[in-house]
Amino acid sequence: MNTPLSRRSLLQQAAGLGVTVSFMGGSAFAAADGAMAKRKLVVVICRGGMDGLTVSPPVGDPDYTALRGAVAVAPDQALKLDATFGLHPALESVHALALKGQARIAPAIASPDRARSHFEAQDVLETGAAQVYGVGTGWLNRTLEVMGPSRVEALSVGATAPLILRGKVQAASWSPGKGVDETARLPTLLQDLYKSDPMMGPAFARGLETEAMAQAAMTGLDPAPTAVSADTTSMAPKSMWQNAVNTQPGMAPAAMTPAPQAIDTQRQGREAARKLGATLAGFMVQEGGPRIAAISLDGWDTHAGQVGQLNTRLSYLDAVLDGLNTGLGAEWRNTVVVAATEFGRTARVNGTGGTDHGTGSTALVLGGGLKKGGVIGDWPTLKQDALFENRDVRPTLDMRGLFKGVLADHMGVDRKALETTVFPDSADAKAVTGLV
Amino acid sequence: MSLPSNDMMAAIAATRFGLGARPGEIAAAQSDPRGVLLAQIRPEGADQPQGDGESTAQRLAEFRDYQMTKREAKADGQAKSDPVKDAQKRLRDQTEGDFLARARLGANTEAAFRERWTLFWSNHFTVSATKQITAAVVGPFEQEAIRPHVFGRFEDLLVASSTHPAMLLYLDQAQSMGPGSKAAAYQRKNGKPVGGLNENLAREILELHTLGVDAGYSQADVTEFARALTGYSIGRPQDQNPHQYLFRDNTHEPGARTVMGKAYPQAGQAQARAVMADLAVSPHTARHVATKLAAHFVNDAPPPALVARLEKSYLDSGGRLDDLARALVTAPEAWDPAPAKFKTPYEFAISTWRAVGAEPSAIGKLAPVLTGLGQKPFSAPSPKGWDDQAQTWCAPDALIKRLRFSEGFAAVAADRLDPNAFAQSALGARLTPPVAKAVARAETRREAMALLLMSPEFQRR
Repeated sequence: MNTPLSRRSLLQQAAGLGVTVSFMGGSAFAAADGAMAKRKLVVVICRGGMDGLTVSPPVGDPDYTALRGAVAVAPDQALKLDATFGLHPALESVHALALKGQARIAPAIASPDRARSHFEAQDVLETGAAQVYGVGTGWLNRTLEVMGPSRVEALSVGATAPLILRGKVQAASWSPGKGVDETARLPTLLQDLYKSDPMMGPAFARGLETEAMAQAAMTGLDPAPTAVSADTTSMAPKSMWQNAVNTQPGMAPAAMTPAPQAIDTQRQGREAARKLGATLAGFMVQEGGPRIAAISLDGWDTHAGQVGQLNTRLSYLDAVLDGLNTGLGAEWRNTVVVAATEFGRTARVNGTGGTDHGTGSTALVLGGGLKKGGVIGDWPTLKQDALFENRDVRPTLDMRGLFKGVLADHMGVDRKALETTVFPDSADAKAVTGLV
Repeated sequence: MSLPSNDMMAAIAATRFGLGARPGEIAAAQSDPRGVLLAQIRPEGADQPQGDGESTAQRLAEFRDYQMTKREAKADGQAKSDPVKDAQKRLRDQTEGDFLARARLGANTEAAFRERWTLFWSNHFTVSATKQITAAVVGPFEQEAIRPHVFGRFEDLLVASSTHPAMLLYLDQAQSMGPGSKAAAYQRKNGKPVGGLNENLAREILELHTLGVDAGYSQADVTEFARALTGYSIGRPQDQNPHQYLFRDNTHEPGARTVMGKAYPQAGQAQARAVMADLAVSPHTARHVATKLAAHFVNDAPPPALVARLEKSYLDSGGRLDDLARALVTAPEAWDPAPAKFKTPYEFAISTWRAVGAEPSAIGKLAPVLTGLGQKPFSAPSPKGWDDQAQTWCAPDALIKRLRFSEGFAAVAADRLDPNAFAQSALGARLTPPVAKAVARAETRREAMALLLMSPEFQRR
C-alpha cells in the first residue's frame, strides 16, 4: 500500500515546504472565441522578497561581482542567457525553455510600493492597487469579475486563501489530503446549518464540489486507479484516532510515530514540488477546469546564509515550473506563467552573508506561446549612481504593466476594464505588449 | 451599549475570551462572567507549560553539539551517520514536546483568558521554527521572554523579546556588526572578511512589534536603529554566559544615532534600550497594539470605540498590559453576542479537546491536523506571525479538513457523552435552536458530536 500512496504523500510534503496553489476560472469564458477560450494563466508569488540578482545574475555587468561578494553567482556557473544575464544554475528547466524562446526575464521590475515591508508589498502585489490599503480584493479575482458574466469557477488550492484571489467571486480551494464522501449525511446536514452563515455556507459548498475535481486531477496524474481508492479507505478514521484523547491531564503521551527517514531532503522537495506543478496542470487540462491559477512559494527572505537557501528555493521553483510545463502537455502553448515577488533585495551583500529588503527584482515569464525576445524592460545597470537610493536595483518596469500586457494580449481582457477595474490608477504603468 | 444577559456573557467569556468551554466552565462563570476573567490577570504573568524544563542556553548548547557531530560525520565521509540522525530526532522530539506541553496547558487550564492573552503576545513577538536552530528554542523563548511579562509593562516585554537569543537568531541580529566598530576595524586590518549591518530585527521591531508600518519612519530610521542595535548578540561557548544574551561592545557601531528625528547619544547597549523605551510609549504603538488586540479578541473589523478605549488605557498607563487586559474585559463592545471571529486551526483544535474535558494524548494527534489546516506547529510563515482573520482560515478546503478532523474526533470521543448535554456545556447560551435541533435529531452520538463541532456557533467565537 506504500507505493500507491507515495504520490499523495509527496504532495503533502509539498504543502509542508511552504508551497500552496490557488486557482480560479472555470467556464468563465465559455462564450469566448475558440482559441482565446483555451488560454491559461498561472501566477507564481515568491513570498519573502526574492533576490533577482541571484535568479538572473547579471554576470556581464561590470559591477556585479564586487557588489555581491560572497553571495555572487560565479560567471562560469550561471546558465547563459545573453552577454549580460544568466540564470541561477538551479533553474535548469527554465533555462531549457529560455533556449527555445519559451522563457524570458524582466530583471528590473517592481510593484509601485517602496516601503520595503514584506506585508505591505505583498498586499500591493496581490491587490494590484497603486498603494497599500487602497483595495481589499485581489486582481486575479477582479479579472474574473470583468471577464466572466456567469458561472465563474474560482478555486484555491492550499489551506488558506491568498489575497490575490479574494474578492466578489467565491473561490473554491483544495490542497493535498484525503477527500470527504459527498454523499454522506454529515455534509448535507451541515449545508443546512450553514444556510444562514454567509461565510461558511458558500465556502463549504465549494469545498465539496472541488473534491470531485481533485479526484479527477489526481487520477489523471496516476493511471492506476487503486491509488485513489486506497486512500479513500481511510475514510473510516477510527483506527487513526484510537487513543487520541487523554481524559486525565498529565497522562503520558503515547509513543510517537517514528519520523520519516530524511534521506535527501532537497531531492524529495524537488520531486514534491514537481508533482504539485503536475497536479495543478491536471486540474487545468480538465474540461471546465480552472484557467487562472496562483501558486505561492514561501521562504525567500534571505538576510543570512543566502547562497544555500536560494539554491534550495530556486530548485523548488524550477521543479514546480517543470511539473506545470510537462503536465500541461499540448496546453503549454496556451499557457503563460509569471513568477514574481514583492520586492528585490539590496544590491550589496550585507554583513551576514545575505541581503536586506530592496526594491527591483526579476520576474520570470514563461509559456509555449511566447514570442522570442530579449530581456523585458531596460537594465539600469549596477553602477553606484544607477542604484535606487544607493542600495537597490532601480526598477525600470512596473509589475502592473507586465500583468496588464499579459491579461490583454494573452487572455483577451478588455483594455478599459483593465484600467478601471483590474488595475485602477495604473495609467503610469504602461502595458507591456507583444509578449505573445 | 448594553450588556447581554449573564448566561450569554458566561458563554462569551469561555469561548471568545477563553479557549472554548470545558465541561462546567460556563455554568461556573454565570454569577460573575467578567469577574472570572479579571481574576485571571496577575502580576506574575502567564502559567508555564509542563515540558522538559530545558532553558534556551541548554537547547543551544545541545544544538551546537549536534552541529559538531554533523560536521565530524561529514569529515569522515558519512553524509548521515547514526549519531547525526539520533541528534536530529532528539531536536525534533524536543520541539514537538514543547508544542504538546503548550497545547496541554491550553486544553487543561482553568485560566483560559490568561492563556489566550499570552498566545496573543507570543504571536505578536513571533519566533518561528522555520530555521532549524530556532525550532530548538521557540518553546523556551515563549517561556522565558513572553510568559513572565504578559501582565507587566509592554516595554519589558519588548526588551525581553529583543534581547532573547531566539529572536536574535530568528531575525539575524546576533551577527550584525557596525561597519565602524572595533571588530570591523580589526578584521579589516588583518585582511579578514569584514562583517556588517543586518537590519532585519530593527525593521521588524518598528513595523511589527511597535509602531506599525504606517507610522512614517523611513529607510534611514531603520538603518540608524539597526546601527544602535549592533552588539546585541549571544555568548559563544568560550564566553562567560554561553548561549545567553550578550552585548558585544566591540561590534557596536560607535557614535550618536538619530531615529525618527530624535538623537540618541547613549553609548553601548543603553542606546538601543533608549530607542525601545521611546518606541514602547509612542502613540503609534498604542494605536497599533490596540487595533490588533481588538481585532484578535472581538472582530476582524474592530469597533472604533473599542480601539479608542484600549488606546487610551495604553497611553494613560504608559503601556501597562494588566491595565490593558482590564480595559478589554470591561469594554461593553467586547461582549457583542454576535460571534464575529472564526477560530484559527489551533483555537479550533484546543477548543475541541476542552469541550470533552480532555487533552491531546500525543503530538501525532494534533500536529497533522494543524499542518493540514495551514498552521504548522511553531512555524508561522513570517515574523508577522499567524493571521487571525476569518478570510484566511475559512477556505473551502479547510472546512472539509475540519469536518474530517471532527468526524475522527467524534469517532473516539462521542460514545461516552450525552449529545444534548455536550452541546449545552460547550456553547451555553450561544447554542442556537437549529443546532440544538440538529444535534438532538442526529442518528448517532458520533454524528451529533461532529455536527456540534462543525456548527457555525462552535467554529466561531
